[in-house]
Amino acid sequence: MALIRNSAVVTDELTDARDLEALPEGAVLVSLEQWREHRDALIARDGAIGVALASDQHPVSIADDLEHFNVIALEFPTFRDGRAYSFARLLRDRYGYQGELRAIGDVLLEQLHYMQRVGFDAFEVVGDDAIAAWQTAADDFTHWYQPTNDGRSTIRDLRKSK
Amino acid sequence: MPHMVIANTLKDGRVVFLAENGDWVSAIAEGALAQSDNAAEQLLADGKQAEANDVIIDPQLIEVNDTEHGRHPAAYREYIRAYGPSVRQDDPVKD
Amino acid sequence: MYRYDEFDHAFMAERVAQFSRQVERRISGEMTEDQFKPLRLMNGLYLQLHAYMLRVNVPYGCLSSKQLRGLADIARKYDRDYGHFTTRQNIQYNWIKLEDMPQLLSDLAEIEMHGIQSSGNCIRNVTSDQFAGTSADELEDPRVYCEIIRQWSTLHPEFSYLPRKFKIAVTGAPKDRAAVALHDIGLRMHKNEAGDTGFEVIVGGGQGRTPVIGKTICEWLEPEYVLSYLEAILRVYNLWGRRDNMYKARIKILVNATGIDEFRRQVEEEFEAIKASPLALDPTEVERINEYFAAPAYETLEDTDLSDQAAANPAFAAWLTSNTAKHKVSGYTIVNLSLKSPNQPPGDLGAGQMDAVADLADEYSFGELRVSHRQNLVFTDVKQQDLFALWEKLSQLDLATANINRATDMIACPGLDYCALANARSIPISERITKRFSDIDRLHGLGEMSINISGCMNACGHHHVGNIGILGVEKKGQEFYQFTLGGSSAEDASLGDRTGPGFSTDEVVDAVDRILNTYVEQRDDEEETFLETYRRVGMVPFKEALYGAN
Repeated sequence: MALIRNSAVVTDELTDARDLEALPEGAVLVSLEQWREHRDALIARDGAIGVALASDQHPVSIADDLEHFNVIALEFPTFRDGRAYSFARLLRDRYGYQGELRAIGDVLLEQLHYMQRVGFDAFEVVGDDAIAAWQTAADDFTHWYQPTNDGRSTIRDLRKSK
Repeated sequence: MPHMVIANTLKDGRVVFLAENGDWVSAIAEGALAQSDNAAEQLLADGKQAEANDVIIDPQLIEVNDTEHGRHPAAYREYIRAYGPSVRQDDPVKD
Repeated sequence: MYRYDEFDHAFMAERVAQFSRQVERRISGEMTEDQFKPLRLMNGLYLQLHAYMLRVNVPYGCLSSKQLRGLADIARKYDRDYGHFTTRQNIQYNWIKLEDMPQLLSDLAEIEMHGIQSSGNCIRNVTSDQFAGTSADELEDPRVYCEIIRQWSTLHPEFSYLPRKFKIAVTGAPKDRAAVALHDIGLRMHKNEAGDTGFEVIVGGGQGRTPVIGKTICEWLEPEYVLSYLEAILRVYNLWGRRDNMYKARIKILVNATGIDEFRRQVEEEFEAIKASPLALDPTEVERINEYFAAPAYETLEDTDLSDQAAANPAFAAWLTSNTAKHKVSGYTIVNLSLKSPNQPPGDLGAGQMDAVADLADEYSFGELRVSHRQNLVFTDVKQQDLFALWEKLSQLDLATANINRATDMIACPGLDYCALANARSIPISERITKRFSDIDRLHGLGEMSINISGCMNACGHHHVGNIGILGVEKKGQEFYQFTLGGSSAEDASLGDRTGPGFSTDEVVDAVDRILNTYVEQRDDEEETFLETYRRVGMVPFKEALYGAN
């Protein structure tokens, strides 16, 4: 498993605490349930906080707490479950989240560009071969039709600037 | 009733049958006919191995009547797969 | 019609390269079938009974003669010299090889065509009225909006992994030839008193196992906000559509479960938040695209009096009656090319015919043609003074059967002869019915009607909305055919009523005969159509004719 951010493999500074009984010290990734249970304690202590949402956990539930998160991880239980694409749009466009938005779970190279365009900027990837492919694939595509508020030019922008 | 293993080839999607020697053949007459349940199970296992090796897709055991007029799959759907559509039978085959 | 600019071409080139790489990774075994399947579906490639089947989009049914020649070349190079037109205005090839796909897609890209999103759980081809821009009854040409929606929906990053497929149709005419009420989203154009154009938005229509007529979610939407509204609906669907059961995953299920009022509330809430975003239509861009749909260089002509030619030639007269439609410009006529001759499966067209039709389009209809969801083709802009010559040439090509909107103008899905989902064959049944009613006088005496045949419950043959619907089922290894009566896909949309037990292959054509004889007996006069008669007299006389007085 590797974490890719900006086409580079990086170390995950968060400890995944989702299956742990007690929360370890330092930077942690917690589930939504753990966030709800330990919210005040997590906010009070040092250490970056990441929260992971399952695909049936609409981000409105954390919309008022965004300032506390360095990382929001959205899970793809299967790559066919596309709810997280809308979660990402809402987090970025509606709720104004500016931290790291991480794709976890069944995360495949073939969906990289959709994920980037809706606001994901980090990807948890499995398989050594896959990682090299991920690193090179980021710039495969330069032309898109729809505006998604991701700062990239759409074809309409390109037409106008001609 | 005897069984055969039917599948589609990955590269071209054509219907094929598993033969005794492990090849995949397009003519139903040349495919392996498993007479017992054990033989059928083994044939399917071989088919699934070929699927894992990305040779074919979706191997299935089908019942086949071995008649004097040829091999007739019991299910009409599989008959059509073996012998082609019942319409447009004059189309040029360029496989 | 729309032509790609350098940016559309660049986009296509990137997609072709992407799918080519995906095909390589699959053939080499780097990708599993499970990972690859949604990707190939999103490029229109199915694995069917005999081979891979490729579905190529024909955007809102519009084709140029150059594209049709290209499609003929593809049929020859990669398939068995023919193609099949579908109920979503697309074209299908039944004998494709996966290893040919990269080159095939490249060939398609050269004629500005592709199979992107013609399958998969994403937004499919936007369909429309096959007479768009030309019919006398049209309020406004919907094609500019179809093209805008097409671009917006193409590889939309947020809506590529929906709970299920998503189909959108648009019409600009009060007479609905695009079946908009049977789509996930239907857009119906209206004009208000001030002469402004607005869209009625209909949501949650669909056929398949649980047919539903769509409900109006918005009575009047300004065209400026059509993408914002669509995005709002899609977002609510993507978030809340069911993902636990593929038979309950369409938006029609969500709308029913939520209730249209609450569903509307959710959509409008989302819509308000995104309304004024970059999704609001830019008038410059609308203008730019609209220019592609500018009227061709019509000559100033009077209507031609064809009565002498018609009197001298009954076959021509019959064809005029059934296969032509009124154009908005004097001196011009819309011509339907019937792909429903007795000699070929409905909706099929040979490569040689494609080339000939392309030549005729150049000669008689400004080099363009349309595909109808009833699986026929259309020349929208034919001079009336050319009709006789065109009819003669179409007759030689076997494309002039005088049966448009008549009993033998059947919609038939590919059925068990080709489709992995089917339970029964549909093409042979349509061929038998076509033979039984081949006499043009009898056919015309039966008036306008639709007979639609599906080979399974997925209803790709639109049997629920046929005036007569036929559903093929399998019972104890035999094919049986069940009837529904009284369906309609037009602005008076309705779902057909089941008559009762099914009929075997040998019995089904006689059954159709009895249904139609009952109609003739029951109708008020020759003007009353099958549908009108059925709606007036109900099921009882038909049931008696089919099953006897008990």
